[in-house]
Amino acid sequence: MNDKFRKNPEIKPLLHKIKNDVAALDGKTLPLKFMEVCGTHTVSILKFGFRHFFKDSIKFLSGPGCPVCVTSTQDIDKIIYLAQQGHHIVTFGDLIKVPGSTSSLEKEIAKGALVSVVYSPLDALSIAKNTSKEVVFIAVGFETTIPAIASLVLDAYAQKINNITILCLVKTMPNVLKFLLSELSGEIDGFIMPGHVSVIIGSEPYEFIPKEYNIPCTVAGFEPVDLGLGIESLVSQIKKNTPFVDNRYKRMVKSEGNRAAQELISVVFEECDVSWRGFGTIPKSGLCLKEDFAKFDAEKKFDIEVEDEVMQSACICGDIIAGRKTPLDCTLYQKVCNPENPVGPCMVSFEGACAAYYKYGE
Amino acid sequence: MCLAVPYRVISKDGNKAIADVFGMKKEIDIRIIEDVEIDEYVLVHAGFAIQRVSQEDAKETLELLTELCEAEE
Repeated sequence: MNDKFRKNPEIKPLLHKIKNDVAALDGKTLPLKFMEVCGTHTVSILKFGFRHFFKDSIKFLSGPGCPVCVTSTQDIDKIIYLAQQGHHIVTFGDLIKVPGSTSSLEKEIAKGALVSVVYSPLDALSIAKNTSKEVVFIAVGFETTIPAIASLVLDAYAQKINNITILCLVKTMPNVLKFLLSELSGEIDGFIMPGHVSVIIGSEPYEFIPKEYNIPCTVAGFEPVDLGLGIESLVSQIKKNTPFVDNRYKRMVKSEGNRAAQELISVVFEECDVSWRGFGTIPKSGLCLKEDFAKFDAEKKFDIEVEDEVMQSACICGDIIAGRKTPLDCTLYQKVCNPENPVGPCMVSFEGACAAYYKYGE
Repeated sequence: MCLAVPYRVISKDGNKAIADVFGMKKEIDIRIIEDVEIDEYVLVHAGFAIQRVSQEDAKETLELLTELCEAEE
């Protein structure tokens, strides 16, 4: 079944239909500006050639949907501080190379820091069971990843494992979009909503966008057919001037989301204000551990000392995440910044806009 | 990082299941998917099943594609 979403001869007529529909739009400035909120969509749009194919009709703007990219330098410094204290750091792989203000995990590993890369947050538990060291899981991610992180905390609690904490840097989607729209309203013609975040939260939390801002939205998957159908929905909504939240990823996304996942999250976490690269602090845009689980909070267990954030690089990652600029607007891109020597996180994470542009030859 | 892939469940034991992806067998956590059946497909992110895959809805989406293309011709 999956192959039919990736290799389907009917995709070509669909893409030409979209192009023709865009060209026939009345009173719209072209190219249309669509924001793909999710980093995995950025990769698909470049990988499958959508950016090039729609060059004159649609401009794709990357949104704040790459968890590593939206993590602030100050939060990266906290990770590095914990590694320097000799704690066993457990992390997803794409955080390793992200530069903090003076170091990176990669540099700390070279100096002897203990860092394990895992595929699943639950792997941190078996690491903690087999060491007397303090294990710190670096909890980055959006709603897609948060149920697995909640399960790690619940399992540690149930199994009374006391040498594990999480550095809680998780973020949630609806309020950052609200913030973004307060800055960019009028500049975005449509949103391609993150497919796998929507598996958890559903499509309902986006309803305010067509209602309050008159902007079309579509939840889309990541294969060429999914993306093509998602883009078709946005163009069709513009054509008919009937903005709503369409769901073109129904095989995975229900309008109410996954209730069991939402309940799991609410047992462990509560909403709080968190800091985003490029935006600063946004009210209720992240999650913190509830009081019952405070002993698993690395920030409460350890005194983490980091300097206040000072912006001193020419890196425009923050502007790229906000949809204000693209990697091609950056003076560092390709010249001094590349995946081997990344200056900012958008070049580090494989789904960061800069890394995706670089890989797919833009 | 929100990459997720459909896995086919081969066997299950409490919160855990063994599932097949691209011919590889992996252990996954299925605690939030109620009554998973053997041979059913689940969407897995970071070793954690986050949703069961609806084959019926997949079919419907492909039919929509055909419909849109036919309307164009």
